Amino acid sequence: MLLFIAMPIVSVIVQSMFTPHEAVFLTVETCTPFKCTEETTIDQEATAALRAEQPLGRFVGLDIYLDRGHLAISEVGEAWATSQSWSEFLASLVNLPFYRAMSFTLVFIFTVTPIVIVIGLLIALAVNSIYASLRGVVIFFSLLPFVITPLIGALVLYWMIDSRGILGNLLQWMAGDPSLSLKASTGLMWVSLIVYGIWHAAPFAFVIFYAGLQTLPKDQMEAAQIDGASRIQRVRYVILPHLMPLVTFVTLIQLMDNFRVFEPIIGFNAEAHATSLSWAIFNDLGGETRQLSSAATTSVITIIGVAILLTPVLIRTWRDFREKV
Amino acid sequence: MASRAQSLPNGLRVVLTSFIVVWLVMAAFPFIWTLWGSFKVELDFFSIADWTNAITGRRTEDTHGSPFTGAGYYGAWVEEGFLHNVINTFIVCFFVVLTSLTIGTLGGYALSRSGYRYTFWLLIAALIFRAMPPITLVAGYMLPFFQWNVWGILPTAIIVLVAINQPFTLWMLHSFFQNIPKELDESAKVDGCTQFQAFRHVIIPVMWPGVITTGLFSFLLAYNDFAVTAMLLSEDNRTMVPQVAAFLGTTYTEGNIMFAVASVVSATVPLFILVMVFQRQIVSGLTAGAVKG
Repeated sequence: MLLFIAMPIVSVIVQSMFTPHEAVFLTVETCTPFKCTEETTIDQEATAALRAEQPLGRFVGLDIYLDRGHLAISEVGEAWATSQSWSEFLASLVNLPFYRAMSFTLVFIFTVTPIVIVIGLLIALAVNSIYASLRGVVIFFSLLPFVITPLIGALVLYWMIDSRGILGNLLQWMAGDPSLSLKASTGLMWVSLIVYGIWHAAPFAFVIFYAGLQTLPKDQMEAAQIDGASRIQRVRYVILPHLMPLVTFVTLIQLMDNFRVFEPIIGFNAEAHATSLSWAIFNDLGGETRQLSSAATTSVITIIGVAILLTPVLIRTWRDFREKV
Repeated sequence: MASRAQSLPNGLRVVLTSFIVVWLVMAAFPFIWTLWGSFKVELDFFSIADWTNAITGRRTEDTHGSPFTGAGYYGAWVEEGFLHNVINTFIVCFFVVLTSLTIGTLGGYALSRSGYRYTFWLLIAALIFRAMPPITLVAGYMLPFFQWNVWGILPTAIIVLVAINQPFTLWMLHSFFQNIPKELDESAKVDGCTQFQAFRHVIIPVMWPGVITTGLFSFLLAYNDFAVTAMLLSEDNRTMVPQVAAFLGTTYTEGNIMFAVASVVSATVPLFILVMVFQRQIVSGLTAGAVKG
């Protein structure tokens, strides 16, 4: 287990500091009786030998981290120096691939997570109050968007919102604009990705909250009712505090899942409008050239991001654990 | 609805019921629509002229003589050899589940019975792996795999998926084994069983619910994975999900998009059956994580 967990991380970090060798150039002077010409060619043999000798490539340290494709320190500094206002600075920032990916990821995380929790809670409350015989059916259909392969789920929705699909048609009709296309506009594309995110994750929140509602002590509810609490007050002051640990749990899982948003971008064909760090890695690895070192660098940055995201949770778990011992 | 005092007023009942109906339509309609549309030709499924074409299948009737056609399925399964990808998927899923359950049950049992508290570190490993996009690890695997010349074959993908899955499986089974009272195997040992015999004759008969739940989640992980299989398998060894993506990427000629639609429907069917059969286990697995984590 250690081999497969620790090794790739080490391998990623090492790779991120190397870059492929430059080709070895060979300058040959050819002289004809009239003039001499210098010709520069790639010495294939020497290049191949060098590459075979050091397959990792040249050591470049942190250079890749700082280049334009990643943290882009110099570009950011330049944008900071030249732009007059915050909005101008941000506008030039989102032109850089890394910050573009981050901006979408952050928007995605901070819209999808709260909406998923609210919708999940509403469904759970609603299902909890209807006839018991219908619950199985509701849970069955609710589980479908959750267990479906993310890529396939994204494709299914994508075909529907296509300008020739049923939802795309409906939107055109509602907006009164026959040329409306979700694919063409960045804003609409973000909205549809977010809608997909909610569709995919709401069932998860629903199942968790619904299970939490089953453990709600009945006497508390009755006591609140006798004290004259209205329905809304009961939800606010009895049910919500009871579910709070679960809300924390769902938030945590959602943060992690949404941080690595990847499949919907492929499924929605949305690279032009929205990217994420995972997508950037995929793109680097999948291209003709297989830019391993660039992909590795993005991976390291992603791992650091995950670590930052997880720190508060880890500290809390550690504290809980210490208490138990 | 235990008492009259707790029963809902009619207005609220209507609001709640309609809310649930809206949610159910949202959850189920895309699947029904795609299933229906997969038996049409592309001009009906993506209808520019009139969206009702997708329901009545007018163009499909013009082309094939009936409002339903299996052309998409024929194209995907027969012409493009989708069956090959399906078999690959099931090989991968089978071995991932088998391996991770074997390691998971033995390891989880051992950890839960050992005195030292591994729980925290297990939980941490499971959490980290839950949070880390699998593709970040793939980037690390690729260069060594190229050098050892094991890139592109199924066993490699299986090993990677097992590795990614293992901390989670181990943690889940570990907490499950901790709920089996220690007295069970202790009394077996008093009766003269060795540790292994106690496991074999006492624990195995009662462990199935936990193993099935964990197995389901391993299966879902292997089945739903796109990043690892897309990156680590060569074209001949592709599983279903990367193949669907490939249908879209390479062949944008007319009709071929219906291959993708048909294969998407085909890939959904096993999940549909899975939810139908194992709904209870999936729900209990999800909530077990929530209550303990």
